[in-house]
Parts: sequence; structure tokens; C-alpha cells
Amino acid sequence: MSSEYLVEVKDLKQYFPVSTGFMKKTSLKAVDGVSFSIRPGETLGLVGESGCGKTTVGRTILRLYQPTGGEVLFDGRKVTNSNITELRKEMQMVFQDPYSSLDPRMTVEDIIGEPLDVHKLYSTRAERREKILNLMELVGLNAEHARRYAHEFSGGQRQRIGIARALAVDPRFIICDEPVSALDVSIQAQVVNMFEDLQKQLGVAYLFIAHDLLIVRHISDRIAVMYLGKIVEIADADELNDNPQHPYTISLLSAVPIPDPKITRQRKRIILQGDVPSPMHMPTGCAFRSRCRYATEQCARECPSLADRGNGHMVACWNK
Amino acid sequence: MSGNSSEYILEVNNLHTSFFTDSGEVKAVNGVSFNLKPGEIMGIVGESGSGKSVTAYSIMQILAEAGRIIEGEVLYKGQDITKFSKKQMAGFRGKCCSIIFQDPMTSLNPVYTIGNQIMEAILLHTNKTKQEARARAIEMLELVGVNEPARRIRQYPYELSGGMRQRVMIAMALACEPDILIADEPTTALDVTIQAQILELMQELQKSLGMAIIMVTHDLGVIADMCDKIIVMYGGSICERGTADDIFYSPSHEYTKGLLRSIPNVNNSKERLIPISGTPINLLNMPKGCAFCSRCDNAMKICLDHKPEELAISETHRASCWMNVKRLMMEKEAGGVKA
Repeated sequence: MSSEYLVEVKDLKQYFPVSTGFMKKTSLKAVDGVSFSIRPGETLGLVGESGCGKTTVGRTILRLYQPTGGEVLFDGRKVTNSNITELRKEMQMVFQDPYSSLDPRMTVEDIIGEPLDVHKLYSTRAERREKILNLMELVGLNAEHARRYAHEFSGGQRQRIGIARALAVDPRFIICDEPVSALDVSIQAQVVNMFEDLQKQLGVAYLFIAHDLLIVRHISDRIAVMYLGKIVEIADADELNDNPQHPYTISLLSAVPIPDPKITRQRKRIILQGDVPSPMHMPTGCAFRSRCRYATEQCARECPSLADRGNGHMVACWNK
Repeated sequence: MSGNSSEYILEVNNLHTSFFTDSGEVKAVNGVSFNLKPGEIMGIVGESGSGKSVTAYSIMQILAEAGRIIEGEVLYKGQDITKFSKKQMAGFRGKCCSIIFQDPMTSLNPVYTIGNQIMEAILLHTNKTKQEARARAIEMLELVGVNEPARRIRQYPYELSGGMRQRVMIAMALACEPDILIADEPTTALDVTIQAQILELMQELQKSLGMAIIMVTHDLGVIADMCDKIIVMYGGSICERGTADDIFYSPSHEYTKGLLRSIPNVNNSKERLIPISGTPINLLNMPKGCAFCSRCDNAMKICLDHKPEELAISETHRASCWMNVKRLMMEKEAGGVKA
């Protein structure tokens, strides 16, 4: 059974238990009812401020965390604890920090080879080595460096190692959790281009989690905006930029510093008041209402759900 | 530099700073010169390891133990502060020139209240009594937009959010009304919406208090937004300087051009990025010629062996790249043939 979508996330919930005192427990709602779907070969950008739950979404899809509720379908199959090991051959992850996500005591060859070992994807040592060298070439690493350790590489090269490791099992879907935010501007472009080339070559789909809106807009086909555990808007990348609907998206876009002095001189920033509320003490109703200019009584009573405003542009807001 | 020192509040001439490590001398800053007028916002942009933060720390003389200014002078209102004694420097920091650091999470002292930390600077530099200092601290917190300042000054840093802590840092830096504020990546650790709040606040304060700001950052967006003039650094030296328009619309150093090509185009976001090839240079092993030449697509033979001199492109715009010399010579030649 296969559907139009490669990955479907339905009403995903991830609550973390937090102890608030002796014998007292409450839950932190990191992800609270998130739904989206990704087509084969598509890139969905996921943006939001720190603490909004975007990383948790990525990790929960891969069952690095046990979801509290909701379900994830991969190619029409429900992801469960019993089939996740097998499904990790199809779904992989690239982590944010290229320094802490590679084992310092393993050579590059072993780092990239580990997924091959786990899933037993070779029959002879020679085949394993050949696969590893092909992967290194694919991500633009010098094959002569296979015996080196991760610390001998620069940040950009380490991120390439992480990507080669993710590609080792020939996945159809990769979750990229802030893969370029730890890199310098000039190196970012190298890695972003590589993601695009690999997608063209191998047809993988990406969930691209990042907070840099310019990069996300560049790489994504569609973008989802998260605020405090919920998706507030999803639309095509250009549509979202040209015609944002949710007040949070509007202020987020207006706050992005644009590297063009003429544009910045002309535009008006919409400065949001206050900070993101703590997910421990969330406002009732719409989570954004405490910072929203349009907030009404209805926003305090009920939380708006995502509604289609035409052409797949989904917005969760009562007033817009 | 011009002999008229009163025009500039800060002049940095041929600054060299090195770190002496076990693996050798790391030349972090190599002959940096610039000047700053009162009330001006200057941006220093570059990638990690380009020497932008070390330049800022050298001015404040807060380098790590292994670091030393080995050559050059830093003139504040005509006085060379590199020759200042420790005591004189303590008087300079905070009162004449303040710094805000990148990470508001770690640069506040966790065991003192915020009020305590702001009052420390006030008590040190002015003759105010404790009561007056407390009043001033509350006033400063109000100025930077911290709500309920009278309650906040009794709180500890862990009780505040990142944006609030950065506001406290700014309040602390501005408490003695310095002439110069150095902001070392002030918004890198913050979210975009909070970043916008802080940048707006800094612009407002700069207008109302009239101090000069040196903005150290790697974010070209922040630079475009804030700065009157910009310095681009690579490998410890300045490779290009000019107004925001000079740098963004007619970049004249191959590194600046590459940097601008490697960020997504605002008007055409799907256009393919053109990265700068290679990796940043190793400061332990600096090339003889231009620092950028190993990554430059247009590198010539001369770039390998000779450091390019800074060449004036317009009144405000200067760049150190042999390509400009080559272009100039070709123009001259073409002109000569015509004549």
C-alpha cells in the first residue's frame, strides 16, 4: 500500500514528565498535536524559535523519543517499536553539531560503516570498504582520509561525514536537524549545495529543521512554522514568504535581518513584545496570544486548528 | 593616519596581536588599522578565526593569558591605551569603552544578583553612594526595556530569559555612559524575534546617548541593518572597508564577493548558491602572500608571494586585492593605446 506521501505525521504528541517538587509531577508539552506530510523527493522546512519543539518533532519521528500520542506513517506503514529498527534503513538523521555527533574514538571509515554493520548490508570486507569509499566520494570527501579520526577534520568536512553516515543505508527520507547552523557562512553554502545535489541524484526527501529563514527558504519546497509545540502555518516556500498569514509568521519574517542595506532601510520591522512563554506555563487557548496584536477573547478560550486557505496554505489563527 | 586626532574617538594603528601556544605563535591579528568617529556604528564582519573578536578584545585588553599585543597602537582621544597601566585600564574599561559579549548565559556572574552586577560598575567609576547607584541601576534597566526593574534587580541571572539577560548586559555596559560600545556577536545566541528587539534597542540607545558602536558579527544581515561603515576581515587582516553600500553593492575583494555569493539571494531565493571553495586558513601556518589566495578562484602568481597593499577605490571604499591593481593597470593600458 502506498499513498501520495512518503511520510505522514498525524497529531504527534510528545510530553516530557517534569518534577515540580516532592511527589509532584507535571508534563512539558514539547510537541502538542503536530500533523504534516512529505512527498517523495520533497523538502519540508521546519522553522521556529528555540524551545518550540522542532528538534523534538524530528527525534520523535525516528523514535529516539517514545511519542506520547499520535502516529507516523512511512510509505503507508505505521511506524511502531517493532519495525523501527528496520525502518531506520529508510529514515535517517543528520545532527546539528558536527563536533559532538561523531564518535571521537572511531575512524571515519568505521563511522560511515557502522550503519552498514547494523543493517548487515555487505557480504565481504572488500564490499564494505568499497561502499564506504563510494559514500565518501559522494559527499566530496577525499577517500584517502578514511583512516583518519573525526577531530582531524574541519566543521564542514565533519558535517559531510555525518551526511555520508546517514546516506550509507540508502534512505528515502533524511531528517536534517540544523545541519548548517554550526558552520561558517562560506562553508554553509558548500553543504547546502551538497544537500540539493544529493536530492537530485538520489531522490531523497528532507525534513529540514533550521532557524535561519533565508537558508530554509532557499532549500525548501514547503515550509512549516512552529510556535510552542504547534504548527501555526504551512505553505509553499515562496507563498509563505510573499504572503504570510499568521501574525507570528509575519513578525518572524519581518525580524530576519536581510543582507541588503537598501531593503533593510525601507522595511519596517514588526517587533514582538515580550519573550516566548515557558512551555510549562502555556497560555490557554492559542499559545501565541500573549504576544499577538490581534488577540481577542476567543483566542484565550479556544486553540485554533490548522485550516486550509487555498492551495495548501494552512493557517491556525482565528483572526487572519 | 591624519594628524588631527580630535576628529576620531578611537584610532587603531597597525595592531598586531599574537597568541603564544605550545604549537607556536598564532598571529590572530596582523596589522589592523581603523578609526571611529563619535556616534558612528562600525561593523567588523568575518568568519570564525578571522580575528574580529581578538581585535575587539585587544582594544579592551582582555585577551586570554597567552595573548599579547606585539605591535601597534590604540589611541583613545589621542592617548595610546596600549601603554596604560593596569589601573588606568581599569578606569578605561566600563567608563570610556564597554563590551557586550556573545553569550548572555555565561557572561553574567551566576552568584550575584543583577542589581549587584550593574551597581558594581557604577560604584567603581563614579562617586555615587549605594542608594544612588541602585537608583541608577533601576533607571538603566528601565531604559533597556526590562519590565518591573525594581523587582528584577534582586533576581539572579538564571531567573531571566536569554533576551532579558542580554538587556541586562547592555544596561551594565551603558551604566557609566561610555563613548564606545563594543558588541561582540550580541545577538548570535538569541532567536530572531528577540534579536530584532535587541538590535532595535541598540539603535535607539545609540541615537539617544550618542555613543559609537563597534559591532562584531558574522551575520551579514545584522551588518546591513545596523552599520554606517563596515570592515571585512580575513585571516587576521582587513581585506576590505567601506560604507554598507560599497560593501554590498560593489564588493572589491574576492573574499567579500565570495561571501555575498554564498548567501541566498533575497529576491530570487531558489538561485543556486556559489560557495567559497576550501576551508578557512590555519593561522599557525600563514601564507606569504594574500591570506585568501588558496581559496580564491582568480588567484594570480603575485598573490602567492606578495601581500596586496590597500588600494583606495573611492573616498570611502578601500580593498586589499591584486585584482584591483590588475584592473587599474589594464584600464591604464587601454587608455594609453587609445591616446
